[in-house]
Amino acid sequence: MSDVLLQVRELKKYFPVRGGLFRRTQAQVRAVDGVDLELQAGQTYGLVGESGCGKSTLGRAILRLHDPTGGQVLLDGTDITQLDRQALMPYRRRMQMIFQDPYASLSPRRTVAQTLREPLDLHRIGTPAERDERVRELLDVVGMGPRALNRYPHEFSGGQRQRIGIARALALDPSLIVADEPVSALDVSVQSQVLNLVADLQRERGISFLFIAHDLAVIQHVSNVVGVMYLGKIVESGSASAVYRGPKHPYTKALMSAIPVPDPTRGRSRIVLEGDVPSPRNPPPGCPFHPRCPQAMDRCRSEVPVLKRPAGAETGHVVSCHLYD
Amino acid sequence: MTEPLLRVRDLAVEFDTEQGVVRAVDGVSFDIYPEETVGLVGESGCGKTVTGLSLLGLIPQPPGRIAGGSIEFGGRDLVQTSEDEMREIRGSDISMIFQEPMTALNPVFTIGTQMVDVLRLHKPLSAAQARREAIDMLGHVGIPAPARRIEEYPHQLSGGQRQRVMIAMALSCGPKLLVADEPTTALDVTTQAQVLEQINKLQEEFRMAVILVTHDLGVVAETCRRAMVMYCGKIVETAPIEELFARPRHPYTMGLLNSIPRIHEQRPERLPVIPGRVPDLLHLPPGCRFAARCERVLDRCRAEQPELSGRDSAAACFNPEPA
Repeated sequence: MSDVLLQVRELKKYFPVRGGLFRRTQAQVRAVDGVDLELQAGQTYGLVGESGCGKSTLGRAILRLHDPTGGQVLLDGTDITQLDRQALMPYRRRMQMIFQDPYASLSPRRTVAQTLREPLDLHRIGTPAERDERVRELLDVVGMGPRALNRYPHEFSGGQRQRIGIARALALDPSLIVADEPVSALDVSVQSQVLNLVADLQRERGISFLFIAHDLAVIQHVSNVVGVMYLGKIVESGSASAVYRGPKHPYTKALMSAIPVPDPTRGRSRIVLEGDVPSPRNPPPGCPFHPRCPQAMDRCRSEVPVLKRPAGAETGHVVSCHLYD
Repeated sequence: MTEPLLRVRDLAVEFDTEQGVVRAVDGVSFDIYPEETVGLVGESGCGKTVTGLSLLGLIPQPPGRIAGGSIEFGGRDLVQTSEDEMREIRGSDISMIFQEPMTALNPVFTIGTQMVDVLRLHKPLSAAQARREAIDMLGHVGIPAPARRIEEYPHQLSGGQRQRVMIAMALSCGPKLLVADEPTTALDVTTQAQVLEQINKLQEEFRMAVILVTHDLGVVAETCRRAMVMYCGKIVETAPIEELFARPRHPYTMGLLNSIPRIHEQRPERLPVIPGRVPDLLHLPPGCRFAARCERVLDRCRAEQPELSGRDSAAACFNPEPA
């Protein structure tokens, strides 16, 4: 087994809901509610779930773009949730992020060269001449020529902007990249180009990815390990092959059966879930999935299930569901 | 053979931009038969949405205009029809639903008010009758407790429910044709499954034709009988679904189908890609618009534009994939 790069333990991120005359905290939104995960060096953890499940918040809390409410984030064994700004700097270098909408995450007033130089300047990497050289190299790595250097983000297509976003994330040679829906705004033909680029980078540079997406096919394509998130909790995780070959949680099964498959000859038995995802402000008691679960039992309405390995499942494949007790 | 419900011939739509005139739809022809569901697929900017909008006379003018062609529906040419008459047709004979129901619904009126307005615009109903019909329709599209929900405002509903309300409004006057533009793209997969199922069910029940405009070939495979693939303002291939997915003839369709990540037992190391990118509509090549990205390109493709010939299945290509 390779080395563990990232360990997340019992991570929580609650957001206060304020209201009333003095804007007092009236409730907590439990966006991330006790998540454990482990990512090996050079591998990809695919985090999948529907909107509002807390997957983006989890990604941001791991990078400390949100300060976690509780729990630990260990990067090479150091708990970064406890570090002050100064002490965090060297760890920030090693963790980068790629966003869904590269247009919103690139400054419209800066040229590509300026955008890519910024992290190098901030962290005082090399001499100015070396930084210029590095910027060219980064563009080359993501498949763009030096002609892009003095142009602005609006001059590029969505796929090219995403490449620039990736180049920026690579500037400091990170060991971990959190990629939040990096291809969901792209057309399929461009999406496949970007996914291949990410695969190449991982192979050549040994970067670990936490890859967040709502598209199960994309997640399967990129991931070694998969986690399925629902209402702030991971409800099933395991190796990509185990989870996709034998999904256990009724939610995972429903998600998989809901994907439209580009094959009209394939007959299907779709599990259509009733209703919508409940609000994380008022999560239902017991198993958070029970109001929509086709297999809900009495105890699911009161007792919160914990992640456990079901009988016969491979090591590391865990699911939080009373059906497997 | 039944007569087509809609007959589009050589439709061209242009937009004025600061850089020049862009032809977003360039010579598109197709027929839609009663009660069939047809997919109009392609990537962003291919002209699929503009084609859909032009069927309802909804091209923003200026900067856009229908620059040529005809849209025959119910014995008249919609391109030549006045705005007043179009208003009669929209909602009653042809309806449209959009990707983002929040922007299509008016936030300051209740669902009920908006539905009653639509109904009374097209049908001689009293307010009470219209309200009863609206409640009935909401129940039909799977909104629980419709008599209560009808008093609510759009922001009180979830994304999936808003889309159901849009569908209820679009179908309330029994249109013969529904244009659904990316109706499930903004929704989560589990909600998407619900809404698609609903559209399919209603299509049969109301015996209407549906044009499903989408970028998602998976959605097309599961809901349509036939599909048209657009690229750079032109239809490059049209075929019945089974044929299109089993034996795509146009290299672009082939490339699109190959580049979708699918859930496989054995996942491929790399995804096949279509090299390069879509040409700028302002600087189109003289020949086939896909030539620069095509693996099967011939000299002829760079000089001449291939036409879409054939009825049920056709590819606009000089060197199509073997059948």
